[in-house]
Amino acid sequence: MGGSSPCASCKLLRRRCAKDCIFAPYFPSDDPHKFAIVHKVFGASNVSKMLQELPVHQRADAVSSLVYEANARVRDPVYGCVGAISFLQNQVSQLEMQLAVAQAEILCIQMQQEPNLPTHQIDQVDKSLLLSTNNFDDNNIPQYLSFASSSNVIQDPLKRESLWT
Amino acid sequence: MSNSTRCAACKSLRRRCSKDCVLAPYFPPTNPQRFACVHKIFGASNTTKMLEQLPLHLRAVAADCMSFEASSRVEDPVYGSVGIISQLQEQIIKAQSELVKTKGEIAFHNAQQQLQQQQMQQLQMIHTIAQEGEDQPSWLSSSQQDPFPNVNQQLLEDYNYSNTFCGFEF
Repeated sequence: MGGSSPCASCKLLRRRCAKDCIFAPYFPSDDPHKFAIVHKVFGASNVSKMLQELPVHQRADAVSSLVYEANARVRDPVYGCVGAISFLQNQVSQLEMQLAVAQAEILCIQMQQEPNLPTHQIDQVDKSLLLSTNNFDDNNIPQYLSFASSSNVIQDPLKRESLWT
Repeated sequence: MSNSTRCAACKSLRRRCSKDCVLAPYFPPTNPQRFACVHKIFGASNTTKMLEQLPLHLRAVAADCMSFEASSRVEDPVYGSVGIISQLQEQIIKAQSELVKTKGEIAFHNAQQQLQQQQMQQLQMIHTIAQEGEDQPSWLSSSQQDPFPNVNQQLLEDYNYSNTFCGFEF
């Protein structure tokens, strides 16, 4: 890197920061903690290999996600990111359940407003029957895992505000 | 462990699998792919260090989680398991929005129903009062009290009720 200061990774690894150092664009010298945590969890060698396998325009995002995962694993050495995934999956399930109940209620209301249908038949419509026939277009979430949920690493990985709880 | 029963880690690393191998309980030789992913992403040394730092009863779960993260990263080299988190967050936002919209529709329907019931009750009340007015002959037939002496019964019935009772206290 000529006369300019070495990047955070070369500083930590105590080596000369080459002009084409693969880490330099993503680990500036003013944020040593960022590389330190990635190195601790993944190892500099593995990170270097991962970045080399990616096209240049995707490396910044890859580094961001690696930093996020490394932070999650340091905060929660048992579950890491998986704790957040489990927690969010539970939230999605609960919301979908509430949505199903609300949609069944709408159907009941609409059926009651149907003039041709006798009211005693409408009253006997079971909500659970409506739920079972309800069609959810977006219910394609794969069940990734069934670990116990851990909410202490939830944070918007790349763009949004932190949801740290 | 003899050569023939080495764990997946020691097989992959081509080393002797000792009796107290840290990785052996969690990376059996029957699933070499599991260790291959973890080795590629975290490295054997880091994996061993991370597991050693944990109490025994938590190591199995930790190994499973690391295995999941590693395989997610192999499948998606850019975002890994963070991509799954983003996807789930988007689904939550979408589901919340849908729920708010649906609950709004329910509230609207309920409000409409209530309004209709109130209107029905008011109409019934007006009709009842009108009926009672028809059944009382005294002031209608008396020319002294009748406010509309030159108007016959049919016209009174056709007249707007609010106008008919205008000026009467009730």
